[in-house]
Amino acid sequence: MTTQTGVESAEAGGARHRAPGRMSTGRLGDRIFAGSATGSGLIVLAIMAAIAVFLVWKAIPALQANEANFITSEEWNPNATPAEFGIAQLAFGTVMSSLLAMLLATPVAIGIALFIAFYSPRRLASGLGYIVDLLAAVPSIVYGLWGAVFLSKHMEGVSGFLNSTLGWIPFLGGDSPGKNSIFTAGVVLAIMILPIISSISREVFLQVPQAHVEASLALGATRWEMIRMSVLPYGQSGMIGASMLGLGRAMGETIAVAMVLTYVPGINIHLLEDGGATFASNIANSFAEASENGRGALIASGLVLFVITLLVNMAARAVVARRKEFV
Amino acid sequence: MTSLSTPRKGSGLGSVSTGRKVKDRTVQGLVYLAFLLALVPLLSVLWTVVVNGAKRLDPTFFQFSMNAVAGKDPGGGAYHAIIGTLQQVAITSAIAVPIAVLTAIYLVEYAGNGRLGKVISFFVDVMTGIPSIVAGLFVLALWLLTVGFGFSGFAGALALAILMIPTVVRATEEMLKLVPNDLREASYALGVPRWRTICFVILPTAMTGIVTGVMLAVARVMGETAPLLLTIFFTKAINTNPFEGPQASLPTFIWEQASDPNQTSIDRAWTGALVLIGIIMLLNLLARLVARRSAPVRR
Repeated sequence: MTTQTGVESAEAGGARHRAPGRMSTGRLGDRIFAGSATGSGLIVLAIMAAIAVFLVWKAIPALQANEANFITSEEWNPNATPAEFGIAQLAFGTVMSSLLAMLLATPVAIGIALFIAFYSPRRLASGLGYIVDLLAAVPSIVYGLWGAVFLSKHMEGVSGFLNSTLGWIPFLGGDSPGKNSIFTAGVVLAIMILPIISSISREVFLQVPQAHVEASLALGATRWEMIRMSVLPYGQSGMIGASMLGLGRAMGETIAVAMVLTYVPGINIHLLEDGGATFASNIANSFAEASENGRGALIASGLVLFVITLLVNMAARAVVARRKEFV
Repeated sequence: MTSLSTPRKGSGLGSVSTGRKVKDRTVQGLVYLAFLLALVPLLSVLWTVVVNGAKRLDPTFFQFSMNAVAGKDPGGGAYHAIIGTLQQVAITSAIAVPIAVLTAIYLVEYAGNGRLGKVISFFVDVMTGIPSIVAGLFVLALWLLTVGFGFSGFAGALALAILMIPTVVRATEEMLKLVPNDLREASYALGVPRWRTICFVILPTAMTGIVTGVMLAVARVMGETAPLLLTIFFTKAINTNPFEGPQASLPTFIWEQASDPNQTSIDRAWTGALVLIGIIMLLNLLARLVARRSAPVRR
């Protein structure tokens, strides 16, 4: 709440105390300072442009040398001659593991946000929020180590159980449920994106007008009815945006996934079986042995990842921002 | 339950029907469960790291590198990795903090409602979402493949800076917006030039908040592994020159040790994880303390 009022006063004030466009008073110090501030802002834009330009530029030679179809091929042999590589398997693994992570994480994250915003004692709220944020402070390499050494052992039983009871669902089928599967990777990713989804949802919930909350309580609603009728409709787009941001985060996550998955070539729709690869994990795993053409191929796959996450993130930001305009 | 949601008995409004009450309680239970569910992985991660990491938490670990130590050998340490991480993070901050703080100053103090400000603000948001491996690939494509430099700690720092800039911009922006406008006006009224107002009135007022933001950002980039794999590469030896030759870092040290099947290596990886988490948690804690000690508006 304080930030919001702060934003408004600063924006209104900024417009008031200096007309936009007149950046300096003409003094030398002012001109230098205004110039360097603007320059820094432009550097940010330049970095974004340079990322796109250089990834494309360095990907082109490898793509030209590619004998297979870049989009549909499941192979990844850019070091061989003739080079053959395609992103089908990587795209499948990336989309499946991050969708799974989003599906697992979103309900829990929204539950956490509701807990902190409406159920926990007021005084503890920020402390509890801090605890959830600690999940975000754990580096991904540590999640990877934990996932590969500790969690995967315990996932074997879970995967077996899911396979025997829900095996009729194609994704959960297969003969040999394992522990280094896309499913395990999805669980690790879900844990990693919990904090971002819950913190954005929490922010949105805190923006729900107090009057709505009080009105529904005054009409005799239980706490759940109050949440269902005044909080959830208000926070809908915020929650959708938050889970999409989580999806984008999960897609780009590298090390944890690379450590959990065992590489088995080819698309396997049985998510409980060992194997699979994502864009990011493939880059991390094959970079050390990559030849010059191999590096180009990895850059090409990174470019695809960059574009996908960019689109997901921009869509998510747009959804979250739409809420703000209605307020 | 507070008295807000349940009408008191005998108030004449009738009590809440059982069905609604059950539903309310069920949801309450689920929401509590969701929070407890989040604690499970957090505690599990911390517990396994502490238990497994404690085995090799000895002076050797901090005094020696992995030079000429094979995977199955006991001993060996992360001295080279700790040096590498500290140097890389220092260079990253030296690059990212000025750019980020100046960008935030532009957005808050200069941009007004102009179009450029909106575009920059949008791309800062987009930048937060860049996958860390893409930042690594970019530095690989630009610094290593195009300009022609080799793997070095500095290249790693460049990649980390890309990840650090947006977080620091956002944190600084929040803090600058909290600075009361009266301060600006008072300063202008005294005839103080704009840049001096920003440097000596506004920035000092927001300083603790900015420091907090920078520390949190440092803690975040310190744990990044993916971009470093592509930019600093691997070495087992001590390399104190971040501008020349491959360097080690704690995250890549963990990655390297964990990919070795020997138990002695796995143990080193856990201890590396413990040290890394320790540093990161310490930074987080310090940042909270700095933030609590003085709120930005009062000073």
